[in-house]
Amino acid sequence: MSANLSATFYLISGILFILALRGLSSPETSRRGNYFGISGMIIAILVTFLSVGNFGQGLVFVLIFLLIGGLVGAFIAFRIPMTAMPELVAGFHSLVGLAAVFVAISAFLKPDAFNLGSVGSIKLASLIEMSLGAAIGAITFSGSIIAFLKLRGIMSGAPITFTGQHILNLILGISIIILIFYLCRSQSSNLFWALIAISFLVGILIIIPIGGADMPVVISMLNSYSGWAAAGIGFTLENTALIITGALVGSSGAILSYIMCKGMNRSFFNVILGGWGATEQSGADKNREQKPVKNGNADDAAFLMKNASSVIIVPGYGMAVAQAQHALREMVDALKKNGVKVSYAIHPVAGRMPGHMNVLLAEANVPYDEVFELEEINNDFANCDVAYVIGANDVTNPVAKSDPQSPIYGMPVLDVEKSKSVLFVKRSLSPGYAGIDNDLFYRDNTLMLFADAKKMTEEIVKSL
Amino acid sequence: MEIDPFIFRFSIFILSIFVGYYVVWSVTPSLHTPLMSVTNAISSVIIVGAIIAALAGSAEKVFETSSIFGYLAILLAAVNIFGGFLVTQRMLQMYKKKKK
Repeated sequence: MSANLSATFYLISGILFILALRGLSSPETSRRGNYFGISGMIIAILVTFLSVGNFGQGLVFVLIFLLIGGLVGAFIAFRIPMTAMPELVAGFHSLVGLAAVFVAISAFLKPDAFNLGSVGSIKLASLIEMSLGAAIGAITFSGSIIAFLKLRGIMSGAPITFTGQHILNLILGISIIILIFYLCRSQSSNLFWALIAISFLVGILIIIPIGGADMPVVISMLNSYSGWAAAGIGFTLENTALIITGALVGSSGAILSYIMCKGMNRSFFNVILGGWGATEQSGADKNREQKPVKNGNADDAAFLMKNASSVIIVPGYGMAVAQAQHALREMVDALKKNGVKVSYAIHPVAGRMPGHMNVLLAEANVPYDEVFELEEINNDFANCDVAYVIGANDVTNPVAKSDPQSPIYGMPVLDVEKSKSVLFVKRSLSPGYAGIDNDLFYRDNTLMLFADAKKMTEEIVKSL
Repeated sequence: MEIDPFIFRFSIFILSIFVGYYVVWSVTPSLHTPLMSVTNAISSVIIVGAIIAALAGSAEKVFETSSIFGYLAILLAAVNIFGGFLVTQRMLQMYKKKKK
């Protein structure tokens, strides 16, 4: 296949990838969008086979590896529970990163196969591009591994900080640039290996200081990195499909990071420099327990909600941990039978990744047109009888609106306190990840339901 | 003076960032998780580089160092392609409208 023809086909697959993302603007068109994405991928792979034109023994092995990888991927895709989606995505990011590193290594070892010159005299532009691709890929790989371990609970979610951390990262970052510079002058393979090794280290170091609750930002950020790594390799291979995709994924991840930071009213640098929440916890502990709270049980909650005309449900990470989404749906079904109007309110940073709560509710067969974003539903709390807060805390804290001293001041919150009564399903009075006491617990119209989110919801279903 | 082909690729890159910017802002927030899994799947188009690397070996020597890295990259990217698209499909199947 001629180079011009294959470039045209790569352009087509790039366009199909754009359409795949475009489809996600609404759930109706999203499934068709996914098929566009799949066709784009098939076209890109077939065109590559035809343009290489080597149908020898190597092709058999390529197909074998493709098949093994595909089977593993399909197996994971069908088996993974929806609550584990954040760690799955983190794991997948690490694979893209490592694949980018491997492709860069083979391009470095055998540049003539990619038309990049010969060993020891690789074209300057190609060398810079493959070094950047390899470095970003390596950072994506090791960073995603740390994110995966934290999300999976294998590693503690607590931020790991030490003195001189930022300076160390800065030195390593600068040394990456210096290494690339000398690599371009000497073409020495030792410098290339050193570059990859340092990039692996940087990936680990930039993710360990970030706390578990900031994971939505971390995952989005790594998503963006994997895109830039792909784009770097795309420039090396002079491949349009890869350049377009890299740019799309890179900007997609960047936008998601921005949305997540905005949902917490924090700057991106504040999040990635880490360490928030670890220090304030102690101060909040002292003046707790002194104020009285109203403690309720499942029957009280069932009574309140059955006699309400409208109920808004506010799910948070606690619902995901307790796997309470199915019980919650049953509760809502029972309420609807009693003529209660029910809707769901989702805060942008609820859960451990963007859109996490929406997927869990969709899994429990909650129709997506009953689920609303913060701006859409926040005014409705004033006209609502009961707010049922399940596994969420900081995202409802009115202190974000009233106290400029509070670390979460200015963060957009759901106005649950405006509803006639508030039900809080929580295991204890402990503060959320921000370490701030929630004033709502002590209000007259709040009823605390101390229990596991799933058990409590199931009991409410029984008493309904 | 002739324009370096790099500039053309760079133009495609910059324009695609803009396309990505507008397309991603129009994605509904409830589909942000599928957005992440599908971007994951499409970024595995890096497999084209892996295939070129793997098939670059000569007929006598299918496995040399550079092609081994190519095969490994194919394996990783394939996990991602199949896993990414299938898990996205699985999620999107779950989004349903209210029964009328």
